[in-house]
Amino acid sequence: MRQGRWRFLTRRVGFYLATAWSAITLNFLIPRLMPGDPASVIVRQLQRQSGESVSPETVAAIQKLFGDPRAGLLQQYGDYLVSIARLDFGLSVSRFPTPVGELLGAGLPWTLLLVGTTTVIAFLLGTGLGIAAGWKPGGRLDGFLSPMSTFLSALPYFWVALIALYVFGLVLGWFPLGGGFDPDLYGGPGFLGSVLEYLVMPAATIVFSAFGGWLLGMRNMMVTAVSEDYVLLGRAKGLSSGRVMFRYAARNALLPSVTGFAMAIGGVLGGALLTEIVFSYPGIGYLLYDAVSKRDYPLMQGVFLLTTLTVLLANFVADSVYVMIDPRTREAGR
Amino acid sequence: MKVRVGIGIIAFFAVVAVIGPWLNDLMGIGPWKIDYDAISRPPGGGHLLGTTSQGTDVLAQVIAGTRNSMVVGAVAGVIGIVLAVVVGVTAGFFGGRIDALLSFLTNMFLVLPVLPLTLIVAGYVQDTGPITIALIIGLFGWAPGARTLRAQTLSLRGRDFVMAMRMLGETKTRLIFVEVLPHLAGWISAMFLHLVLGAVLAEAGLAFLGISSADTVSWGTIIDQARQVALLNGMWWWFVPPGLCIALLGTATGLVNFGIDEVMNPRLRTADIKAMRKALA
Repeated sequence: MRQGRWRFLTRRVGFYLATAWSAITLNFLIPRLMPGDPASVIVRQLQRQSGESVSPETVAAIQKLFGDPRAGLLQQYGDYLVSIARLDFGLSVSRFPTPVGELLGAGLPWTLLLVGTTTVIAFLLGTGLGIAAGWKPGGRLDGFLSPMSTFLSALPYFWVALIALYVFGLVLGWFPLGGGFDPDLYGGPGFLGSVLEYLVMPAATIVFSAFGGWLLGMRNMMVTAVSEDYVLLGRAKGLSSGRVMFRYAARNALLPSVTGFAMAIGGVLGGALLTEIVFSYPGIGYLLYDAVSKRDYPLMQGVFLLTTLTVLLANFVADSVYVMIDPRTREAGR
Repeated sequence: MKVRVGIGIIAFFAVVAVIGPWLNDLMGIGPWKIDYDAISRPPGGGHLLGTTSQGTDVLAQVIAGTRNSMVVGAVAGVIGIVLAVVVGVTAGFFGGRIDALLSFLTNMFLVLPVLPLTLIVAGYVQDTGPITIALIIGLFGWAPGARTLRAQTLSLRGRDFVMAMRMLGETKTRLIFVEVLPHLAGWISAMFLHLVLGAVLAEAGLAFLGISSADTVSWGTIIDQARQVALLNGMWWWFVPPGLCIALLGTATGLVNFGIDEVMNPRLRTADIKAMRKALA
């Protein structure tokens, strides 16, 4: 039975490596497929921004990422792979000469904090309510929760964020208007408290627009599970309805949600990037906005690679967890 | 009932998208018409939904934006659904190597985060009008649909009636078009709606990031422009309507999909008779 699991996991590792490779290659190809020579465009732009001519080293750095027009495509690809392997994403154009890697490193913890807390809270909240709604399909709770979550999951994240900022930040003044922490408290004793305080609103808006999706998914699985024979058996045995609900029905209905969990991370991350922009939260999303609005292509590409690889990693972890808890993958190897 | 309400809302937006410009003319408003006497005016009198900080009418902008948002949604939805059907049904029906290859492709597109991907492409493409945006979103949004359709095709392929037709020597093309596709119609229409909504949301997200050409109005661009000025001046009427439109369209999609789900998966149909009557009413 061990064997089945291992075979599954090695196949998944292979799949994720192949996907990561194609994302990296895509990142290499897209700028080169576009008309014009990206390296010279960036150099020109840099010149315009700083008002002075660009040093040869910088030109070389940009050409390493975006292609020296004189080098062959294969040569460029090799150079590109080497620099990616060294975690060298080039230099940011908008915040020249800071390396893109440094900017990403500073932003990542904030995004992980935001996405991590919101994913877990939205999952628990949505799944819990989904169990309750699906237990009595068509009941009063279901009749209220299902349409409501349909509405909530259709709300654009950034729009909810705007309204939250307007109502709770501006009109009521309960929460800070933006940023990740109080700069006066940086490194001091109140720092963690201020991080939490600044986290509340962005996190709450993401949970608000994300938990509906979980609720609907779990509700549908639960409705299917409730009509299964084993649930009937549980009831016939005279077990308490709480026990039948959680031990019999919900436990079995939960498995698809685990795979859903993995796939939703990509979506939640996308939502978090947009939400960060509204709250000027110092994570990857804010960097992305900066990159897009200032046409900072090296930074844009760095953000793309980082988010993609993070999502792939998260998916892989969820896949592995799935193998641990799904008994069927154990049987497969027998 | 749910389905009817859903279809009604979607039809409403579709009609507004089609007749939008005439509707604006009829009311004597326009998305670019500047009323210098009414700048940053709250809803009321001459401007039903108020005005922006430039003195343009919010209602007129929302109406004009409906067309672009719906066009992006529809075009991206069609591209996405065609790709999903071609990839998913082919993989499920033929199996073997073809399936292995197509499933790999599908899984890859499934795990890649769509927003950053669309953003990168949109960032490099020079002309980012609504059609370009729709193309990009459609090209990256088909994977979840393809996966579901593959699973459904697999299960259909094994059923007795398909087997029987195959024994009779029907060609594969005929089998796919006559036996398989009609049975997938419910799924396909549900998915199409989902893709349309996804595209409207994605377009809004991209517009919000500043990727969209300056002379198109969409629900996303309105929210984006409002964000920069409206918040600090308390002009809620500027960004609330376009977001509500997106949410309404999304809810309508959800309602229709509820109905389709209940037809496709009888177990989801509520067992108790009272609720069933309600659902049928």
